[in-house]
Amino acid sequence: MSDFPDTWRKPPFIRNTLLRRGLWLAILAYVVFTMATLPIDWERVSAGMGRAARIFSGAFPPSFARADLLIDGFMESLKIALLATVAGVALSIPIAFCAARNIAPRPVYYLGRATIIIARSFHPVIVAIIFVKAVGFGPFAGVLTLTVYSIGFVAKLLAERIEEIDFGQVEAMRSAGAPFFSTLIYAIAPQILARQVGLSIYQLDSNLRASAVVGLVGAGGIGATLANAFGRYDYDFALAITMVIVGVILVSEAVSGIIREKLA
Amino acid sequence: MNNPAALDHWSRFTPKQRIKRYAVLLATLLVVAWALQSIDVIWEWVWDSPAQMADLFGRMVPPDPQNLPSILQAMWETVNIATIATLFAVILSLPVAYIAARNTTPNVVTLWIGRFILVSSRSVNTIIWALLFVAIFGPGIIAGIVAIMFRSIGFMGKLLGEAIEEIDTRPVEALQASGATRFKVVLYAIVPQVMPTFFAVSILRWDINLRESTVLGLVGAGGIGIILQGAIDTFNWPEVSTILLAILAFVILGEVVSMYLRKRIL
Repeated sequence: MSDFPDTWRKPPFIRNTLLRRGLWLAILAYVVFTMATLPIDWERVSAGMGRAARIFSGAFPPSFARADLLIDGFMESLKIALLATVAGVALSIPIAFCAARNIAPRPVYYLGRATIIIARSFHPVIVAIIFVKAVGFGPFAGVLTLTVYSIGFVAKLLAERIEEIDFGQVEAMRSAGAPFFSTLIYAIAPQILARQVGLSIYQLDSNLRASAVVGLVGAGGIGATLANAFGRYDYDFALAITMVIVGVILVSEAVSGIIREKLA
Repeated sequence: MNNPAALDHWSRFTPKQRIKRYAVLLATLLVVAWALQSIDVIWEWVWDSPAQMADLFGRMVPPDPQNLPSILQAMWETVNIATIATLFAVILSLPVAYIAARNTTPNVVTLWIGRFILVSSRSVNTIIWALLFVAIFGPGIIAGIVAIMFRSIGFMGKLLGEAIEEIDTRPVEALQASGATRFKVVLYAIVPQVMPTFFAVSILRWDINLRESTVLGLVGAGGIGIILQGAIDTFNWPEVSTILLAILAFVILGEVVSMYLRKRIL
């Protein structure tokens, strides 16, 4: 083997040549096939460009003439986010305990996991539509929706944290004869509290963001204001709302980041 | 706790810490109380809601599988929206990540362009992007694909850019010292280091996009949401529950697939 090559090539990502080429071919075939069957109506697109231009020219300059509506919408979003976070976190704690493999008995564990999976699987907008139909338009539907949304996220991560705890403290308390609830409060709660507070702050930020969206389907808040502005072709007001939403989200992201950094 | 005389009485916090904790608790309670009493809710509807919800869920049982073929067809469309949009967004997010990372961006102007793209893409929700693109392209699958793409570019660009900023600079320096071109430095020193993040982020975003693509139809941007909206508007609750079950199965399946991919590739 004296004939070493004097050039070097990067080894391929997938060593098996057949598999590699097969995968590339499969991906290419999928993309070409799906793109080919996409119903793109080019006439509609070219007509749409004109509409886009009209929307954008209608949107500039953004109009803050109805700032009081904007502020009302935002306060409502904030309240929805706050109440949903409180309710969601309060419900998440017992659900997280149920869904932690190391604490809950098997049947309870499966029940807890199933609750989390269902809460996570549905996009908040779908949940919002169902709740709007069930309890009527307005912020209450928004609070319910974001409560479900919070459970899906907070309970999942909290359950994962509970599964990672140091079990020595639990064993110490059990061997000293502590009942179940004392063990939860004195051995487990202190270990998960920091994570719990961090998650709640994060969820508040996340709920504020989501409340802008669920309002589009009638669940109150700034999203409802935006949907109304869009529906009435008030594109300048819609742009103003969107700009404020983006600004508020950036601020709330920064604030929640700072708080979580201080807690950690 | 430092005072030996106090050792027979243990408490977890110093008085100062305790006051601070109670103050935070009080402030939180006040804020919640303010939100509760000023929120514009019709309380009669709230007390009535358990009965209303029981009624609604009662109407949803049993699920009606009559329209299952067209639901599955729409599901397939939904998968296509998510997958195609993720593929394009992956490709487009690479140059954005490259110019938004502090150590690879050519100059300050490109850095700010990159950051502007990331922030504006990330702060507007998929649904709002979809509203805009439905107005441009008309209702249909293409508006959905473009909306998801626009939202995903910011997400993936941000995470990839952070990965690029965290790379080990020694391979880069070694290649530069041996006179490699810029392109070769990127290909042989940077790409191998961000490869794991690249796959992790792509799979994660695909998983998220599957969920997001289920609601695009509600604003007319294609997929299962159109059928869902139709069923809700006609109060066809048994069909609504079939669709919801289909979405549940679809999202769980997506999660299983992405878990498998993550295990195989990473």
